[in-house]
Amino acid sequence: MSEELHPFETFLRKEMIPHIWCDGCGNGIILNSYLMALKDLNIDFNKVVTVAGIGCIGRVSGYTKTDSYHTTHGRAVAFATGVKLANPELKVAVISGDGDLFAIGGNHFIHAARRNVNLQVICANNFTYGMTGGQYGPTTPLDAWTSTTPYGNVEHPFNLIHLAAASGAVYVARWTTLHVRRLTESIKKALQKEGFSFIEVITPCPEIYGRYNKMRTGIDMMNWFRKASEIRNYSDPAKAEITPERIVLGEFVDIEKPSFGRLLHGMTAKVQEKMKRGNR
Amino acid sequence: MAEKSRAVLTGKHFMQGDIACAEGAIAAGCRFFAGYPITPATEVAERMARRLPEVKGVYVQMEDELASMAAVIGASYAGVKSMTATSGPGFSLMVENLGLAFMTETPCVLVNIMRGGPSTGQPTKPGQQDVMQAKWGSHGDYEIIALAPSSVQEIFDLTIEAFNLSETYRTPVVVLADEIVGHMRERVTIPEADEITVIDRKKPRVPPGEFASFKPDEDLVPPMACFGEGYRFHATGLTHDESGRPSTSSAEAQQKLVQRLCDKIRKNADKIVKTERTMLEDAEVAVVAYGITSRSALSAVQKAREAGIKAGLFRPITLWPFPDQQVSQVAKKVDAIVVLEMNYGQLVREVERAAKETPVIFLSKLGEEPHKPAEILQAMRRALQ
Amino acid sequence: MPLKLWRKPLDADKIKVLHGEVYIIKERCKGGKGCNFCIEYCPKEVLEESEEFNKKGFHPPRVKDENNCVLCGFCEAVCPDFAIFTVEKNCEGGC
Repeated sequence: MSEELHPFETFLRKEMIPHIWCDGCGNGIILNSYLMALKDLNIDFNKVVTVAGIGCIGRVSGYTKTDSYHTTHGRAVAFATGVKLANPELKVAVISGDGDLFAIGGNHFIHAARRNVNLQVICANNFTYGMTGGQYGPTTPLDAWTSTTPYGNVEHPFNLIHLAAASGAVYVARWTTLHVRRLTESIKKALQKEGFSFIEVITPCPEIYGRYNKMRTGIDMMNWFRKASEIRNYSDPAKAEITPERIVLGEFVDIEKPSFGRLLHGMTAKVQEKMKRGNR
Repeated sequence: MAEKSRAVLTGKHFMQGDIACAEGAIAAGCRFFAGYPITPATEVAERMARRLPEVKGVYVQMEDELASMAAVIGASYAGVKSMTATSGPGFSLMVENLGLAFMTETPCVLVNIMRGGPSTGQPTKPGQQDVMQAKWGSHGDYEIIALAPSSVQEIFDLTIEAFNLSETYRTPVVVLADEIVGHMRERVTIPEADEITVIDRKKPRVPPGEFASFKPDEDLVPPMACFGEGYRFHATGLTHDESGRPSTSSAEAQQKLVQRLCDKIRKNADKIVKTERTMLEDAEVAVVAYGITSRSALSAVQKAREAGIKAGLFRPITLWPFPDQQVSQVAKKVDAIVVLEMNYGQLVREVERAAKETPVIFLSKLGEEPHKPAEILQAMRRALQ
Repeated sequence: MPLKLWRKPLDADKIKVLHGEVYIIKERCKGGKGCNFCIEYCPKEVLEESEEFNKKGFHPPRVKDENNCVLCGFCEAVCPDFAIFTVEKNCEGGC
């Protein structure tokens, strides 16, 4: 072929590409979609910080040619909170996995959503702990097989949409990696929202999750998404739980609420004003 | 300059230790505090909550200490001097990300107002039980700088020093104070703003294309770019090369990184370590004590001199890196050493190691009160027999 | 074929259908049975499997019929490896 370069060539840390993700993994599609959203919005890449936790998708921070930080397991949202509050001019996106964000990092997630910290959180939900070889996690469907549920999963999974909405997120959406166009539009919307936004992306993990559950290839998993997906914008988050038969997609929450940063910096401005007037 | 005067409360004050700590931080340029309430460090947070908005800083109360430490690192990477304050149980959670701060060379300050442990222990009582935890609490090889103030004035001074060291060496610094120093009230003299030395981190001297964020200068400390400055760099808790790229399977990368990170502190120990020597010139017995116990030790040494015993006091102000050479020098000159700690034997192990042949007597104290001068005097007599 | 006539958009003559040129970065591709998203989800079936190996042992796709490509860009969007993209074909001389 010719000298033509991939349109995202300059958005990737080329020295780290090809990435570590397996064939058939959807994490690359999420990265692709994120970059597409940044590009479409014409955001200054120098003012973007990409934060990730631990797990397969955690490596996304290294691949993205913005300022980026790869935290300890579960702490991406807490780290990002510090970044955003310290420098409100930065656009801070957290891209991490279901285990990182909702098991070990669950507490940070709900509190950041409650505070309405101006962060964009994208969760790659592959229903399992991929990096450690496929153990069950907080989103593993009931009855699913994993390396630590050899007789089937007996734990109820989180409905992340419901959790995010109840915790106070101002924007909540769910897509799969097959719905890449809508996902990109959603990320664009989230990046422009003030406050805590959350996008759950259902992503194939044929190598680790699929092989235990009769979906050996990426296409098997993507075809499951295609078959089970149902777009129901603004439907009840409480009814958005994922079952083998039904994956409800769409935007669930899109509301306005002053962000934590706005309130915090507003308070600081008031204190400053008061001090100027001399009545401390 | 109005701003500076607001940041530095120049003058003489009657102040609590925790408050002085907060004032020291603000004087050093700290503009971000993330924490979680815990006795006996809560007053640091309360003071910061009131004071930081006055100097356009940010106070945020996180959901736990894990998050607090993570947010502190985030703020530091965003270019703002940042800190947290806690006590034992919170420190146990913070050491997770203390390791991350060390690995990603993050300047930040962690104040631990030590109470009685283990576990919930005695929340309102003093202790010096986290000395070894500060050094070894996080997993993997690391070096920490830890400072132990013994008065309210000193917690003010050493908090500034802690920031300066953290910025100089691009590393987390721990202030290890005990509950008594944290809660007692004493006179503090806060100097004029321009009399306070404030050090800021080294910035990159090359344009973004040529910059490697973990490539050290000769002093082993890499200049630090911050988020939003156009360097578009990557930092990770994984073992990484000088550009910040993860290197998880290269033995060479692991050797090179861990060695440099540790040597950054070890090889600069001469410049970091601070100690105080009192009446040691002709001493036959030396008391080694830090923090609040050093004050009853001083009283005991004075009493000993009155009783004709040639006693002296050696006070490590820097607990980590441990003042090995200084202790060895003292040990060579005296017949015996008495070590005081409000724990069941921690820093005494380091003293024994450095003292080599010189006999070391350890005086432990657990609970409410520090050692009484009479007890210390008795121990000195015993040591000299 | 009455059905076909009925389906023809009224402004079909005015709308220019774009054509794409497909670029495959073979060494980045993780194609084969494990992935093949671009082949499977291309709405115009422009791509097909090939027997060719890259250095990592994967099978990059092959362009079956580039003339069918309408530059929708879905292959590029759905590729997890940044290994395929399309650019607009210069059709001045006819495509």
